[in-house]
Amino acid sequence: MTLAKLGACATALALLTAAPALAQIKIGASLAVTGPASFLGDPEAKTLRMLVDQLNASGGINGEEVELVLYDDGADPNKARTFATRLIEEDEVVAVIGGSSTGATMAMAPLFTQAEIPFISLAGAVVIIDPVQKYVFKTPHTDKMACLKIFEDITKRGMSKVGLISGTGGFGKSMREQCLAVAGEAGVEIVADETYGPGDADVTPQLTNIANTAGIETIVNPGFGQGPAVVTRNYAQLGIKLPFYQSHGVASDSFIHLAGDAAEGVRLPATPMLIPDQLADSDPQKQPVVSYIKDYKAAYGEAPSTFGGYAYDAFQMVVAAIKAKGSSDSNDIRDGIEETKNYAGVTGVYTMSPTDHLGLNLTAFRMLEIQEGGWVPVE
Amino acid sequence: MNPTLKALLITLALVVAGALIFPSSYYFRVGSLIWINTISVTGIVVLLGYVGLVSLGHAGFFAIGAYAVAVLPGYGVPSGAALFVGAAAAGLLAMVIGRPILRLSGYYLAIATLGLGMLIWMVLTKESWLTGGPDGMVVAGFNPRHWFALVGIKMKSTEAWYWLTGLVATIGVVLAVNLGNSPWGRALRAVHDSDVAASSLGVDVARAKVVAFAISAVYAAVAGSLLALANGYITPDTAGFMHSVEMVTMAVLGGATTVYGAIVGSLILTALPQVLTFVAEYEHIVLGGVMVATMVAMRRGLVPALGDLAHRLAMRGRSK
Repeated sequence: MTLAKLGACATALALLTAAPALAQIKIGASLAVTGPASFLGDPEAKTLRMLVDQLNASGGINGEEVELVLYDDGADPNKARTFATRLIEEDEVVAVIGGSSTGATMAMAPLFTQAEIPFISLAGAVVIIDPVQKYVFKTPHTDKMACLKIFEDITKRGMSKVGLISGTGGFGKSMREQCLAVAGEAGVEIVADETYGPGDADVTPQLTNIANTAGIETIVNPGFGQGPAVVTRNYAQLGIKLPFYQSHGVASDSFIHLAGDAAEGVRLPATPMLIPDQLADSDPQKQPVVSYIKDYKAAYGEAPSTFGGYAYDAFQMVVAAIKAKGSSDSNDIRDGIEETKNYAGVTGVYTMSPTDHLGLNLTAFRMLEIQEGGWVPVE
Repeated sequence: MNPTLKALLITLALVVAGALIFPSSYYFRVGSLIWINTISVTGIVVLLGYVGLVSLGHAGFFAIGAYAVAVLPGYGVPSGAALFVGAAAAGLLAMVIGRPILRLSGYYLAIATLGLGMLIWMVLTKESWLTGGPDGMVVAGFNPRHWFALVGIKMKSTEAWYWLTGLVATIGVVLAVNLGNSPWGRALRAVHDSDVAASSLGVDVARAKVVAFAISAVYAAVAGSLLALANGYITPDTAGFMHSVEMVTMAVLGGATTVYGAIVGSLILTALPQVLTFVAEYEHIVLGGVMVATMVAMRRGLVPALGDLAHRLAMRGRSK
């Protein structure tokens, strides 16, 4: 009975994975569409579906139709690895976008390297592209860049003594470590270093500690989710007058809603997606940002998040590589992605090279300040 | 036929049959996941099916095995030895923790084991200098392909993993069946039916429970090591609550009283999500439906229920 069942399963699998003969170029994706990281994977998946539909409606790439093979790995590295095998073996895709989370990305990367298929991750950690792996790229900036950007703004304002208050979740933890590591190089000194748990409803003791540190000039809060909103509210309640920095982890309108009036004057590094109307017409990112937001709203009735933007840039770079090389061979696409020069995406302006598979520099971040419940660029 | 020999033949036949019908590496990959799950679920069968104890913390033991092969090679321990260290550590922890918490029963025991799993998860998440924190860590390369190459068999990595996990699962299943039919196994089943009756027959109930708990922890740890080595990357999610629930679900679906239930449960719950990717949005509804149907129609799980059915049909045939 078990044998028969195994056979039936195998047959069912074979039938289901049999591809329609129409599509010419198959692009794979494994994203955390559901589960705890779905706030990343959901906008990413929606963005990819929208872009593929648009592309095919306008005649595909060089006359060939594009098919998207998308799986939901729920940010589970184990599932992601299985789907990676499936994308390589069964679906025979020419390029893969995804891994919403670092874990999923790292579990998949060796397989794509072995199969010689270009792979653009949408996850944050530095380990994905450092050391550089031949077939592995990524689009989101690293938390190290966010630290540098914040420290750059701090030194520009003539300050150097920084207090850190970090969340203990994955994001806050990783960014705290990066900030500590690059502080010296950026010319600032970390004089206070406190943390808070993901569910903490009050952080006034930690903030009081930091504010009472001798010589402190400014406070930075690496964190994600509701934590930074709590910190910001406490900050206002305690009447701390020091300049306050948040991270790109809360760069969305919902942070302003959560923190309310307390968010006034807070600065953070973010992508231009938050300020489409305030970008200069000469800004190379103006056109992609405005059109992406317009299309996404038209398709789904909601504003896109910066996470969707990562998928947008990854997909456009794959398409550009296929067009530039006039070939949908995996190795040609890989070369094409690596040769990306001055591609103005919604996240930043990318220039890849054999030693840089992220291709962004600090200009990808805009320093924004919250004023009257809205975002204002301060550079 | 001797039940141990029967288990050996059936499991081996399934491993070989899989290898014969699988058309590509992807199937071998899913196949090896099925065998890895079979190993950990067999441990659950020993605990839940034999002794009647529910653990919602076995993902913790699973993660101990997984992180053993991830962390120890960095300190000069070879991956193969690390697997045994992980298994021993999990067994030892289960014995130490088992003494106090196995005095509890029912829901209280489930909550205590749940707490144990959460604690292990927290350690793995917080101690990032050792475990890489929430983002996880890379597991040093290990490829059973080379072992098979030593004896002159050439195959792809995924196939080698399939055979290795299949063979380990076979050993695990055979040992569990052997245990079940030994005097020890009968003592465990006696504890399952009644603590008091068992102790009046001279069974050291506390010891029996602790030993079963430790054995099942070792099964989970071995499965964890194999998964970490096969994936080459590990995150604290392996120790997560949902993973513990998944193991118990597989055992209950297949039938927790028999090791064949472990095989069938992990086969269905590992393969089904792959079959259902085309309706990914409804995957949980279908899985839920399968569970509800099993609970209502076949309360003891698939294998025992189908066994009963076959038995009844055979009896009817004979009486005519």
